[in-house]
Amino acid sequence: MAIGLHKSEFKNPVIRWVDARLPIFTMVQKEYGTFPTPRNFNYFWNFGALALVSLVIMMATGIFLAMNYTAQTGLAFDSVERIMRDVNYGWLLRYAHANGASMFFIVVYIHIFRNLYYGSYKAPRELLFMLGVVIFLLMMATAFMGYVLPWGQMSFWGATVITNLFSAVPLVGESIVTWLWGGFSVDNPTLNRFYSLHYLMPFLILGVVFLHVATLHITGSNNPLGIDPKGPQDTVPFHPYYTAKDSVGLIVYFIVFAVLVFFYPNILGHADNYIPANPLVTPPHIVPEWYFLPFYAILRAVPDKLGGVVLMFGSIAILFVLPWLDTSPVRSMRFRPLARPFFAVWCLGFIVLLYVGGKPAEEPYVTIARVATAYYFLYFLVILPLLGRLERPLPLPESIARPVLRGGGPMPAGAMSKPMEKA
Amino acid sequence: MADSMAQPAPQDGGTRRDFLQLVTGSFAAVGVGAIAWPFISSMNPARDTLAVSTTDVDLKPIAAGSAITVVFRGKPVFVRSRTEEEIKAARATLLSELRDPEPDQVRVKKDQWLVVVGICTHLGCIPLGQKPTDQRGPFGGWFCPCHGSAYDTSGRIRVGPAPTNLPVPTYAFTSDTQIRIG
Repeated sequence: MAIGLHKSEFKNPVIRWVDARLPIFTMVQKEYGTFPTPRNFNYFWNFGALALVSLVIMMATGIFLAMNYTAQTGLAFDSVERIMRDVNYGWLLRYAHANGASMFFIVVYIHIFRNLYYGSYKAPRELLFMLGVVIFLLMMATAFMGYVLPWGQMSFWGATVITNLFSAVPLVGESIVTWLWGGFSVDNPTLNRFYSLHYLMPFLILGVVFLHVATLHITGSNNPLGIDPKGPQDTVPFHPYYTAKDSVGLIVYFIVFAVLVFFYPNILGHADNYIPANPLVTPPHIVPEWYFLPFYAILRAVPDKLGGVVLMFGSIAILFVLPWLDTSPVRSMRFRPLARPFFAVWCLGFIVLLYVGGKPAEEPYVTIARVATAYYFLYFLVILPLLGRLERPLPLPESIARPVLRGGGPMPAGAMSKPMEKA
Repeated sequence: MADSMAQPAPQDGGTRRDFLQLVTGSFAAVGVGAIAWPFISSMNPARDTLAVSTTDVDLKPIAAGSAITVVFRGKPVFVRSRTEEEIKAARATLLSELRDPEPDQVRVKKDQWLVVVGICTHLGCIPLGQKPTDQRGPFGGWFCPCHGSAYDTSGRIRVGPAPTNLPVPTYAFTSDTQIRIG
């Protein structure tokens, strides 16, 4: 880039003065104003924006909750109850934070589903996808540590069980767990460091989100057809078309959020977490928050300590190589008649895992969990690599504009001459 | 973009789009305000903080000429049993000599008892004068060691940088020997 003032195109003298020195207005105009976006988005493309809104809500409510929270084992539980009873609107802040976590995960799960169904992880968006998986991992770590802070029974025993996962590591497992705890059980040092990290990690997430969005703005968005825009007739400016469409989704999001917060604030939580932590008594049935259940089910499906931990982490780690496991050049499942039913079964399996993860570790749930776990990995490791060779995809449309405009607008010569992807 | 769309003819100087933009903007502004309020309100004193915002003081143990310091809302409050001479000195002072003119009568409920917030009105230090060994300054009330403000036996500022008298908190006698501050 050339050194010197930016040649701003803004008329307002103040904006122009700032923009010449820090072209932030030009950047926003380019990335969120005129940014060419495929014209055929459906509502699944709302969920990235909704996830960002969720993150902002979590950070805002969290910062205000932190003003009244005490990270000390003897005081933590009571400080949360004080937030609920004495702090002005403390109940609202806490319920919005607790249910906001659930909303965040619902939104991100739909966002991931969208990605998998429409093949958004494929070239050239592999790095974009991998950054998304990093965000998902950071979210899970943040949510886990946040759940420990109220210092109820589920907080304490959840922390005990999850940190004990690391004891499965050969040779150094016990040392790692002691290091995580800062002692010989989950106790005050653990609570203190979890609070510190719980406050830190959202800012790390925000940083990776920035990279995620920056990467997106290099490649541009995928779309329901999974084919590349071939010219201006295939795109619309982000504003006002998708700012308006995102706003519609945002309103629905807030309605669902409000119903949860104001009418069913505890429906996704566990009553046991309103009992103060007791290191001497484990609740009879401990389960993680709902958004961890599929992975918890995979952990329990394996009758071997190390094996269970490896498969659980592997179930997310495998996503990092998904862009190379899926050998089909066709992105959207709309044109993959074989992959579509296999993917539907995979989604069903994920929901089954979510269900059995919340059930006691007994028959028939153990067998169901094993079958679903096997299919989870089979889909990624065997079915997707094979389908790329065996499947005959449906013919892809010539362009995004054509099915929409029935015949389409005039095509630039270069766009038509570009060879179609394998069809 | 928007310009290429068919616009309905403006009626009375405004288009349908202007109306929609104004309504959307207004709703968004009200929504943001409604969401912001609980956050702002949560930083105000909580109910447990408000619940401890009265302090009862038993006056019986306070001997004439001595004073005690009680805590009211986290601040020191001076409760002083004044001697006849001290009352007389406070009453004899002409209002014209005062920087913040206030007669002694309006600063007390019973002549013997002076109740003031013990925070120097200059920059918030706690003045000396509660202990018998303390320096009470040239007017026999309190003396602030930080920047040399001196208060008289009615807690009024006499010399030094402080702008106003020591404030009198809201209080009431619940019995002859008992007051409730707040």
